[in-house]
Amino acid sequence: MTVIATESLSKRFPRVTALDRLSMDIGPGVTGLVGANGAGKSTLIKILLGLSPATEGRAAVLGLDVATSGGQIRERVGYMPEHDCLPPDVSATEFVVHMARMSGLPPTAARERTADTLRHVGLYEERYRPIGGYSTGMKQRVKLAQALVHDPQLVFLDEPTNGLDPVGRDEMLGLIRRVHTDFGISVLVTSHLLGELERTCDHVVVIDGGKLLRSSSTTDFTQSTTTVAVEVTDSDTHPDGTAALRAALAARGVATHDDGGGLPGAGHTVLLEAESEETYDLLRDVVADLGLGLVRMEQRRHHIAEVFRAHDEETARAEKAAATTAAAATSDAAVTTAAAASSEAAAASDAAVTPAATDADATPATTATPAITAERTGGGRDAR
Amino acid sequence: MPADSTQIHNIGYRHYDGQRLGRAYATRSLFSQSLRGAYGLGRSAKSKVLPMILFGVMCAPALIMVAVAVATKANDLPVDYTRYAIVLQAVISLYLAAQAPQTVSRDLRFKTVPLYFSRPIERVDYVRAKFAALSSALFILTAAPLIVLYTGALLAKLDFADQTKGFAQGLVSVALLSVLFAGIALLISAVTPRRGLGIAAVIAVLTISYGAVSTVQAIADEQGSGSAIGWLGLFSPITLIDGVQTAFLGATSAFPGEEGPSTGAGVVYVLVTLALIAGSYAGLLRRYRKAGL
Repeated sequence: MTVIATESLSKRFPRVTALDRLSMDIGPGVTGLVGANGAGKSTLIKILLGLSPATEGRAAVLGLDVATSGGQIRERVGYMPEHDCLPPDVSATEFVVHMARMSGLPPTAARERTADTLRHVGLYEERYRPIGGYSTGMKQRVKLAQALVHDPQLVFLDEPTNGLDPVGRDEMLGLIRRVHTDFGISVLVTSHLLGELERTCDHVVVIDGGKLLRSSSTTDFTQSTTTVAVEVTDSDTHPDGTAALRAALAARGVATHDDGGGLPGAGHTVLLEAESEETYDLLRDVVADLGLGLVRMEQRRHHIAEVFRAHDEETARAEKAAATTAAAATSDAAVTTAAAASSEAAAASDAAVTPAATDADATPATTATPAITAERTGGGRDAR
Repeated sequence: MPADSTQIHNIGYRHYDGQRLGRAYATRSLFSQSLRGAYGLGRSAKSKVLPMILFGVMCAPALIMVAVAVATKANDLPVDYTRYAIVLQAVISLYLAAQAPQTVSRDLRFKTVPLYFSRPIERVDYVRAKFAALSSALFILTAAPLIVLYTGALLAKLDFADQTKGFAQGLVSVALLSVLFAGIALLISAVTPRRGLGIAAVIAVLTISYGAVSTVQAIADEQGSGSAIGWLGLFSPITLIDGVQTAFLGATSAFPGEEGPSTGAGVVYVLVTLALIAGSYAGLLRRYRKAGL
């Protein structure tokens, strides 16, 4: 079953092309829509809600054509906007009841569903207080509740984690996951942070400049070998514990990645590939032999960003190879540009991994943004 | 936190499979919510104060007149039904200035509008519901004192046929006034989402236009150009209503020298009034075309 289907969907404004022949099929589940600011995410949602006509191409939501059945779609779909949309002088209950009635629910049902939905998003006693006094996290929950109150089959969540602190972000992502697993509602969630979606989504769609860059399931992205991050203390015999561990591991033929990069504290994490269970045992033994304290040893899944980087480098390499053979005689200036662009992209990707070591919470946020930049350069190169 | 003493049992998510009443129901809900909101009902106690006071102020003179008429056994009410709203126009302006921004600017200012348009209702439904709600609120405000007057007149055993005719004419007049004023005030508030600005703009448009028109009319009266007085009335909402009711609803004009428009000029008054109403409706629709998501 397809929840959202678009076919060479384009939206052109007088001066910008917001969507450029976008074709995709999205099935049930949680789907992440990733793109930098201005990539066309909000425009796509507007078209899918039947509020803005597409310049060309077709789109269907829940099997209904957006051009002709906008009203029917909006009755079965929920929408949580990116910006603030709550009047401060009414309580969450009153507001959500009103919104439920706006979706066509009879008064009694509207009240029951409101109470249920607010409880599900985690608002309890505070729902009787005016919204003006809520924290950002609570406001986001109210916004989510109004999108879910009429029990839609699909919700569009536009940047639901905007403005939230790391804890609030995690809670919101968990909640989004539950919207699908517990409530059985399909979700299309947008973000400009690739990293935060990998924990939540079954499927990720990346768009840039209105074009589809990639659409694949999250497991495809993150299935490959796991990376283990290890952090050790220093001891009197080994004043630099990290370096000692690195040396000891190298002596046993295990390659480690440098996770340094000049940031304070970053150099104290050693990354290595865990090929099998034995790697963990080996690590434990090595650390014990060195007499170091083990501060942290955690499995780090591959981030989607890394996969994109790999994908990007592959294409770059292939292109470069092709270009070298083709331009061997002529030594085209474009090749140099392409090479420069790819090394730039690689540099950006390197930068992307660096902060990962400093703060686990910040990982998704910091890694993803430069990765998009890298992806953009990639896109530009493809175009060229 | 008494988490151990009280526990909320998670009964899981329940799907809703009851009826969905669709667009017309949603529009009606928006209408009733906005109408109630115009009197502060369903909102904080603070926001009930002003509309309720103004409602009281609007009805108080009618009560006093009725009391006087009953006590003195007068033959007629001191003020015509059609004249009442004209006399108390300042109260109507104040009410509009307070409630029109409340009706539309709130949704614009807090960007709630996209939430409406992501639901079954369309732009026209939203505009219609808001327009109807403020017109009805204004009609309640202006018709209530007329009902008081009429009831009082019947209690004072004034001539039934005469009073009923006057009352009916008064109702038609205030209905027209409500729709016209609501349209103008809504359009002004919709283009000025900042509340303070909206209030000021509504008051300014209603009172300044009236002030200017009546001043020029007075000058025209002084200079003896009586025919100009009638045409000048076209330029402010309240004199427009005055002209319409003078021409067609048997009212005595409030213009200087009672120089109200003739029936022929009255047609122009009606046309201008209807054009203004249609214009403000079209303007509102246009305004919300851009205010979507």
